[in-house]
Amino acid sequence: MLDSFFLMLKQPWPWYVSGPIIGLCVPLLLIAGNKSLGISSTLREICAAILPGKINFLNYDWQQQRWNLVFALGLITSGFVGGILLNSNEPIHLSVETRELLIGYGIANQSGVMPSSIFNFNELLNLRGLIMIVGGGFLVGFGTRWAGGCTSGHGILGLSTFQWPSLVATITFFAFGILTSIFLLPVILKIGN
Amino acid sequence: MIQYFIIGFIFGLALIKGEAVSWYRMQEMFHFQGIQIFGIFLTAIPTAIGGMWLIKKFKFKSFQGETIQPRRKLFNQGTIYGSALFGIGWGLTGACPGPIYIQVGSGYFISVILLLSALLGTYTYAFFKERLPH
Repeated sequence: MLDSFFLMLKQPWPWYVSGPIIGLCVPLLLIAGNKSLGISSTLREICAAILPGKINFLNYDWQQQRWNLVFALGLITSGFVGGILLNSNEPIHLSVETRELLIGYGIANQSGVMPSSIFNFNELLNLRGLIMIVGGGFLVGFGTRWAGGCTSGHGILGLSTFQWPSLVATITFFAFGILTSIFLLPVILKIGN
Repeated sequence: MIQYFIIGFIFGLALIKGEAVSWYRMQEMFHFQGIQIFGIFLTAIPTAIGGMWLIKKFKFKSFQGETIQPRRKLFNQGTIYGSALFGIGWGLTGACPGPIYIQVGSGYFISVILLLSALLGTYTYAFFKERLPH
């Protein structure tokens, strides 16, 4: 009984299981302490805690928002449990179209959560890897803070509380994500090949 | 504080087991070739709406006895410019901030570089904030 439950946990969860659990975290956080879901804020927290300098935006009482860092610690732990202890070690069941598209990009090895041919330390020495990893990560940190939220803060919390600025943000980052993936990514992947 | 750790853990477990931290799944979504990630979004939001409705309907208080008040999201030009830049970064890395933390926990050391790059981005924003349109 417990064994089969464990086996079920190990399998990838269908969207209709993961989605509602994720959504449930919005009211849970509010009840647990009147906290609003928003993960990109943790990046500001870390900056403010480590090196606030004389920057106004980083000189605030970050200790007041410590809960957010505890939340992030929960995320990291879930990565260890979900990605290592509960790893099914099965290849991802992508749609045939996506699998072929990625093979066309030269990504034949589709194991793990990201292609190791691009996301690795040696690639950091190439222009392609620098753009993908450092450039992409930079834009995530810069853009989310300028926008005042990310997929969680705007996309889930903001939308589910019917806040129109979050609708604008969500439409914008989805649109640019789609455009980037379809038009920009194939160009960048060709660099240095 | 432990409650935030537990909720973060549950949230993260649903993300990683739902394959929402996967670069491949993200590209699949951006090309409208699969339902996994859209499905997660489109069930998460109504669930959250339902929860919010219950909180309002029964006037739930937080554990600390406070009236529940979700954060107000304000609009300015940055909402658009920032989201556009984030979208580009998301399209390339396939990761928003949550999945970056989760990948680090799963032992993807390269995601530490992603996290440091994102921190650098936030730091740069903080540095230039006054000079950017808002």
